[in-house]
Amino acid sequence: MLGYIDKIREISKRLLDEGRVDMIIGFRKGTIPMMNEPCFVKNSGELSTLVWDSNCGINLANYLTDRKEKIGIVAKGCDSRNIVTHIIENKIKREKLVIIGIPCKGMIDKRKVAGMFENGIDDITEEDNILRVKSRGVETSLKKSDLLQENCELCIHRNPVIYDELAGPLVEEQKDVDRYADVRRIEAMTAPEKWEYFKDLISPCIRCYACRNACPLCYCPTCFVDESRPQWCGKGQDEIDTRTFHFLRAYHCAGRCTDCGACERACPVGIKVRQFTSKLNKDCLDMFGWEAGLSPDQRPPLDTYKPADPGDFIK
Amino acid sequence: MGVEPGRLSFSWISSAESTKFVEVVKDVTATVKALGPNNNFKKAAKVA
Repeated sequence: MLGYIDKIREISKRLLDEGRVDMIIGFRKGTIPMMNEPCFVKNSGELSTLVWDSNCGINLANYLTDRKEKIGIVAKGCDSRNIVTHIIENKIKREKLVIIGIPCKGMIDKRKVAGMFENGIDDITEEDNILRVKSRGVETSLKKSDLLQENCELCIHRNPVIYDELAGPLVEEQKDVDRYADVRRIEAMTAPEKWEYFKDLISPCIRCYACRNACPLCYCPTCFVDESRPQWCGKGQDEIDTRTFHFLRAYHCAGRCTDCGACERACPVGIKVRQFTSKLNKDCLDMFGWEAGLSPDQRPPLDTYKPADPGDFIK
Repeated sequence: MGVEPGRLSFSWISSAESTKFVEVVKDVTATVKALGPNNNFKKAAKVA
């Protein structure tokens, strides 16, 4: 994955110099380890700030919403699926985009790594599948594949679904992945057990909305939780309000979520936000054979009617 | 998500099917009454 950066810079330089794009959306090094941040590069002199490693988990499709410029965007598998969703939902025009596809081998879970080092992490470097973590002068080698984000471990769309350029050869997709073991575990619970389970799950929530802000699907000009006339949902940390927020947000993502993991990655208190969306993803797959963002030519299940749509719930 | 399944019900009823409407409403009311009050989505009373 590391070799990609030369190719990304080379493609970006060409696109900027030829005037095919006004800017490149990519990643630059963050101020602390494992926190690469999105950046907009507008002239080819600044291209050296671009980086690529296994800490680029933020979903860049989030920065495309309603943009009018011509944009070159660096896109992993999940980003590319969110770009497709953006195109379907008329939030960006395909003609405005040059997509630099990244065949992705997964992003590392910064919480897993940080949890292993009591003294904090000074620096991380990586090489193929090896992470070298420096903590107070002591260097430790770890295997990257053991430390992937959960959604990356379960990912079956590592290669970008649409792209104009590629930063490297396509990678082999993971097969025989049991994506929904967690969902089945919750489905098997009784109603009161589920109620308690979700109560515990969201109890640390501070309503900071980082999950919503990191999510490329959450582009409403005014989110329902921010409305005050009428106020759909209280703004404090009342348990019921928090629950309303999480459930409603998840439902707004039904049939659209690509399981990019941006919400979970952004959460400052480590709530497994994907537990909400995963169930809806599973239902969409089971009922409509649908996975979001695979093709710009297919309408999502929630805005089409088919006679074969399941209707057993109507009595 | 922790709401008892019996609390939610969907039916197709034509405007001409008044008797079916009555039946369904009676049925649903009975099911919900049997489940008792739903306090899950009710906020605790505010202390003045």
